[in-house]
Amino acid sequence: MQTAIRFDQKRLPDATEELRADVRAFLADEIARGTFTPGKGLQQDSFDRGFSKRVGEQGWIGMTWPKQYGGREMTHLDRYVVTEEMRAVTAPTWCHFVADRQSGPVILKYGTDALKEDILPAITRGELCFAIGMSEPNSGSDLFAASVKAEREGAFYKVNGRKVWTSNAHRADYMIALLRTSPPTKENRRHGLTQFLVKMDTPGISVSPIEAMPGMTDFNEVLFEDVMIPADHVLGEVDGAWKQATAELAYERSGPERFLETFYVLTALTRELGPEPDLRGAEGLGRLVAQLHTLRRMSVSVAGMLHEGKEPVLESSIVKDVGTIWEQELPAKARTLSAFAKPDPTNEQDFDDLLDFAALVAPKFTIQGGTTEILRGIIARGLGMR
Amino acid sequence: MSDETDMIAEATGRIFADLADPQVLNAAKDEAWKAPLWQALEEAGLTRAWVPEEKGGAGLALDAAFEILRGSGHYAAPVAIAETLIAGWAMAQAGLDVPEGALTLAPARARDTVAIAQDGTVSGKARSVAHAADAGHVVIVDGNRVALMTPETFTATPRDTDMGGERADLTFESAQPTSSAELPCGIAGVQLIGATARACQMTGALESALALTTDYTGEREAFGRKIGKFQAVQQNLARLAGEVAAALTASGSAADTLAKEALTSDAVFLEVAAAKIRVGEAVETGVAIAHQAHGAIGWTQDYTLQRYTRRMMGWRDDFGTEADWAVRLGTHVAAAGADQVWPMITMR
Repeated sequence: MQTAIRFDQKRLPDATEELRADVRAFLADEIARGTFTPGKGLQQDSFDRGFSKRVGEQGWIGMTWPKQYGGREMTHLDRYVVTEEMRAVTAPTWCHFVADRQSGPVILKYGTDALKEDILPAITRGELCFAIGMSEPNSGSDLFAASVKAEREGAFYKVNGRKVWTSNAHRADYMIALLRTSPPTKENRRHGLTQFLVKMDTPGISVSPIEAMPGMTDFNEVLFEDVMIPADHVLGEVDGAWKQATAELAYERSGPERFLETFYVLTALTRELGPEPDLRGAEGLGRLVAQLHTLRRMSVSVAGMLHEGKEPVLESSIVKDVGTIWEQELPAKARTLSAFAKPDPTNEQDFDDLLDFAALVAPKFTIQGGTTEILRGIIARGLGMR
Repeated sequence: MSDETDMIAEATGRIFADLADPQVLNAAKDEAWKAPLWQALEEAGLTRAWVPEEKGGAGLALDAAFEILRGSGHYAAPVAIAETLIAGWAMAQAGLDVPEGALTLAPARARDTVAIAQDGTVSGKARSVAHAADAGHVVIVDGNRVALMTPETFTATPRDTDMGGERADLTFESAQPTSSAELPCGIAGVQLIGATARACQMTGALESALALTTDYTGEREAFGRKIGKFQAVQQNLARLAGEVAAALTASGSAADTLAKEALTSDAVFLEVAAAKIRVGEAVETGVAIAHQAHGAIGWTQDYTLQRYTRRMMGWRDDFGTEADWAVRLGTHVAAAGADQVWPMITMR
């Protein structure tokens, strides 16, 4: 009685170890020069164009893309190594990460040749920051309820409406926005949405910040008032955006960024417990490491299957579900396990503050990138239940 | 997975499907099914997979035989397949001839007292030894020694609670072994193999529990529709799928590592510890969800879910519980220090 779930035993190829060593050396150098403090990269206002340019110089942005557009035609497994090393130390990848993971690939697949030549090489140089214009006041998990309107006017589309929770919109150069070009049809409520490339300095766009609970200010509301977008900035099929997100979503859901956002808590907990923890501390730490190891093996398995051209839709949703639950629980577990630790007194302040911050960040993990309820619906479909 | 492993998984599945259908076994009045099943497994070479060819075994790679065990878990392993494989492996490691027939080994439980004395005799108690009644021989492991015991040398008391696998407590009093030898890998090596074997069996059983549960919720109707159409039920089963996925990955990764790395390597220790911990946790969560979705029927002897539940829960406690392995792993991680956590994770 085998199940439909398949996690092939995949490991990162030995060849990626050289790349890993390079990334670690680069990051150690950045830490030494004071670019960021490991574990504090999110807590600090860490948007850093300079850092992204230096990452670009290393050739680590858009590294899987064609050489013609500034890429290096490396594999997604290479990219996996770069991503996980950056995440593990909370490197300030804000400026380039969205473009690297999803905006660039969408432009590569659906953009005109002119757009590709104009934008992709600049992304790989770390010069362009992207935002994702999906959520709206009345459209979150239910993406197909999006209502920000794009009406054709000659060689342009005129855009009106409001996007929210848009990370980095206030400093992004571009947004890829999901806009309504036609009403949904009776037969298909997913019909009528189109992806657009929007230049953020286009007249009529105004951005206002929304402060998040932990104090971060990367969230925004974006208002479109008669914004004119050239028709050749349509990405893909008009009214057919719903057909365009499959493989990209699998990368987004199953990548290391899905369970490493608070990894620093595990490092800090280990330091807090010291070299000879009590039984409870040792048991708790052992379980957390076992769980993280398993998660990473699941995530690498999906990366390996994607690399072979398979489409592990069910499996990537499972990685996100299990991964975000783990990282969400991590601060609370660390708090319990450290309760009676006898730490080095010089270290205590650091740990408590990291824990406070992680505890305030944690609630978002099961919301961003597909809520747990939606993902479990996808998993149930994969099990043949719906 | 290699072609050889695929073939073995298929052969295992076929034998169990033909001769050990859980529904049929559950309804059987006697154990007439057992001999043909065991014979088929023996004839296919599956029971001696880890015994080298020169000693009359199949000499398979470790990971290939772990697939046999996952396959046996799909059918709640009604015979001593895992015990015979692990005991045969230990005997072969010690350079001993492996006797014909089913074997089991002890101790599987931490803090058991069974020991091999200086004079070679065996004394003490081993609790909850699986398939002791089926086995022609019991292999005792103590420190760096193994001893082969026949059923006349111990008394067996069945456990009060049936956790599947016909478990019994064995008591030895200055018992004389049939043969005995030094075991180079020691009991630590047996624990690594045993823990991974149980992790693979639990994974197979969890897969079946998921399949049973999706089938059941797709048939059972309440409030005018199939209960599997209710979002609350779907959300629970999606979580069960996540636990199955974690178990598949962790146990498969440990099996793969044992086949490729030295038994004493850090890689093997990390992978096996992680598998036994994570699969044990998956069993805890998974059993609860499967039973919740089944309602009262799942709690009956007549329905097959109990066959899986009992064994999965019993297997959790063999060759180190989650807690045992977690303390060992956590101690290791703490001693290495905070800066080594990430390198340890990415090493695999």
